[in-house]
Amino acid sequence: MNDWLTQAENWAFILIALPMVLGAWRSVTSRNVVHSVLFLVITLAASAALFLLLGAEFVAWSVVLVYIGAVIVLFLFGIMITRAPLGMETELSHSNQTKLGAALVSGALFALITVAVITGFGETEIVSNPTRTSEIGQSMFERFVIPFEVVSVVLLAALIGGIVLARRDPAEPGDSSSSLGGAQSAHVTAEGGEA
Amino acid sequence: MPNQYFGDYITVLVFMAVGAIIVGGAVVAASLLAPNHPNKTKSEIYECGINPVGGGWSQSHIRYYIFALLFLIFDVEAIFIFPWALKVESFAEAGMGGFIFVEMVIFIVILLLGLVYAIRKGVLRWE
Repeated sequence: MNDWLTQAENWAFILIALPMVLGAWRSVTSRNVVHSVLFLVITLAASAALFLLLGAEFVAWSVVLVYIGAVIVLFLFGIMITRAPLGMETELSHSNQTKLGAALVSGALFALITVAVITGFGETEIVSNPTRTSEIGQSMFERFVIPFEVVSVVLLAALIGGIVLARRDPAEPGDSSSSLGGAQSAHVTAEGGEA
Repeated sequence: MPNQYFGDYITVLVFMAVGAIIVGGAVVAASLLAPNHPNKTKSEIYECGINPVGGGWSQSHIRYYIFALLFLIFDVEAIFIFPWALKVESFAEAGMGGFIFVEMVIFIVILLLGLVYAIRKGVLRWE
């Protein structure tokens, strides 16, 4: 234990993990769904910091750019365009039974991952050599050129699929003059939000 | 190598700390120095001189969602440009500059097809 406390990485880990757990807790318990998303930002930022601590530089900045930058914006828009009442909810809309089920599932998942990691790695010392982004570029263009191009096809499929799901039906000519707050296509949104 | 890595990020941390101190200091100094006499009319939401209508939590239009979706896809594309940009020079020095350039051009052109699809479908038109 004494040995554990003397290492600087462990203190950095605690400094990162505390706000992460706090943000995760508040994003689940927050009564305002927009605040939940903003607390999720804290959790994601802390996970990016943990990746940095692990030496996975590229993954960390991918989390910052893609998750905090784009996915959170998508979440916020998804919340803001649905008909669901925004703002404070006086009571969380889940019964105790649902909460128990959620707690059981998340606890089981946590136990499963813990057991898998411990049996998988056990006492193996993980050599933490930081992977710089230029090394990733090196292997990307030396060994994984074709997979790299396939990624663009996957992204293209995601783009077209997202447009097909989220686009409003062109067979509603009367809609074009509606105000910015118009709600005609809220049901379309709900489907797109799941994608 | 690991020490240089963490040293780099300590530099980043120092910059972030200095930025936070400057911004935080400005906010704290403003709250200490500025006169503060709030009243009901002053704290009202101001909108072009007209009294605000409805709540602040209004619903926004679906067309913003598609822009967020497009932004997400092209953000992922941008992520892949960073390792490429770090390697262009050393590949060019090794005589592979044309290869690595064409690779990125193919990558971007495939995704541009998606943008062309979006434009043809009228997704980007602000009606």
